[in-house]
Amino acid sequence: MRSETRISVAVAGLGVGQAAPDFTLQATPDQSIALSELRGRPVVLVFYPADWSPVCGDQIGLYNELLGEFVQFGAQIVGISVDGVWCHAAFVRDRKLHFPLLADFEPKGAVARLYDVYETRSGVCERALFVIDAQGIIRWRHVSPIGINPGADGILQALESLPKAPMAEA
Amino acid sequence: MSRLTPPAGADDHAQGALDSPLVLVEYGDFECLYCGLAYPELKAVQRAMGDELCFVFRHFPLREVHPHAERAAELSEAAATVGRFWDMHDTLYENQTALSDRDLVEYAQRLDLDEDLIDSARLGRFAARIQRDVSSGARSGVNSTPCLFLNGTRYDGPVIAASLMRSLRS
Repeated sequence: MRSETRISVAVAGLGVGQAAPDFTLQATPDQSIALSELRGRPVVLVFYPADWSPVCGDQIGLYNELLGEFVQFGAQIVGISVDGVWCHAAFVRDRKLHFPLLADFEPKGAVARLYDVYETRSGVCERALFVIDAQGIIRWRHVSPIGINPGADGILQALESLPKAPMAEA
Repeated sequence: MSRLTPPAGADDHAQGALDSPLVLVEYGDFECLYCGLAYPELKAVQRAMGDELCFVFRHFPLREVHPHAERAAELSEAAATVGRFWDMHDTLYENQTALSDRDLVEYAQRLDLDEDLIDSARLGRFAARIQRDVSSGARSGVNSTPCLFLNGTRYDGPVIAASLMRSLRS
C-alpha cells in the first residue's frame, strides 16, 4: 500500500504549494533524520547524483562555504544522494562538511522517487533543489542539468521570498 | 538567474574605468588552483583589450578546503588601504604554492605594509569586507572558483584567453 501511495505522488509530480512528503533517512551509521523533525524552520533539500563526482563536490562544497548565508534565514540544508552512510561519512570528513548528507540507499532512491527526481537510467538522484517553508510546504523547486552546478542564488532568492513565519501560532 | 548582484561599483577593486564598454568581474580565491591557472589568461585578456575592458576582482575564499585563502584575502585588503591591492593580488597568484603565514608576512613586507596594518588584518579588520563579496557571489550565482561575469552575466565557458575574448567581442 505504502509503495502505491509513493508511486501516485511521483506520477502527479511534486510542485510548489504542495506539502513536502515526509521521509526518514540515515545521516550516519547510527543516526537518522526525519523531514518532519525539521518542521518550524525552512529546509533546503539538495538532491545530487553522487559523493565525490566533480560537479557534486563543487556544489556541496559551495553550500558548505555558504552555510552562513542559509543560517540568516534560519534554514537547515540537507543533502540527499543514493550513496550509503559510510560513503557519506568519508565524504563529510574529507570535505569538512557541516551539514548532514542523507543516504537514500535502501530501498535505493525511494525518497528521490517520492520527490519525482530519480534518474532511472543511471540510478542516481537528479540534481534537484527544494525549498520547504517552516510549515512543510514546498515553495521552490529547481532541477538542473546533471552536469551543471546550480549555485546558491536560486535557493537564497527562494528563502528571501518566504513569508516571515509567525513566531507562535496560538 | 545568475546575474551579478550588485553590479561592479566604486567599492570594488577595479583595473580600468567602471563605465568601460566591457566589465569583467572575477570571484576568486587566492589559493584556488583554477584561479591560479586563470590568472595569466585574464592578464592576457586585459593586455589585449586595453581601455575597452574594466577588470574587477571580488573575494570568494573557499575557507574549508583552502586554509590559507582567507588570510591571503585579508592581506590583499590590507594592501588595498595603501593603494597596493593589485600588487598584492598579483604577488599572491604568482606565489600560489607559498601562502603560509610566514610567506604572507614576507609579501606584506615587500610592499612596505606596516606591522600594525598586518596585525589588524589578521585580527579580522577586513572580515566584513571579504564577507560582503562572498555574500554577493552567493546571490549572483557563483558556482565554483574562478567564477566570471561578463557585463553582469555569468560566463560558463572555458577560462582561457581566446574563449574569453571571443565572448567579450561578440
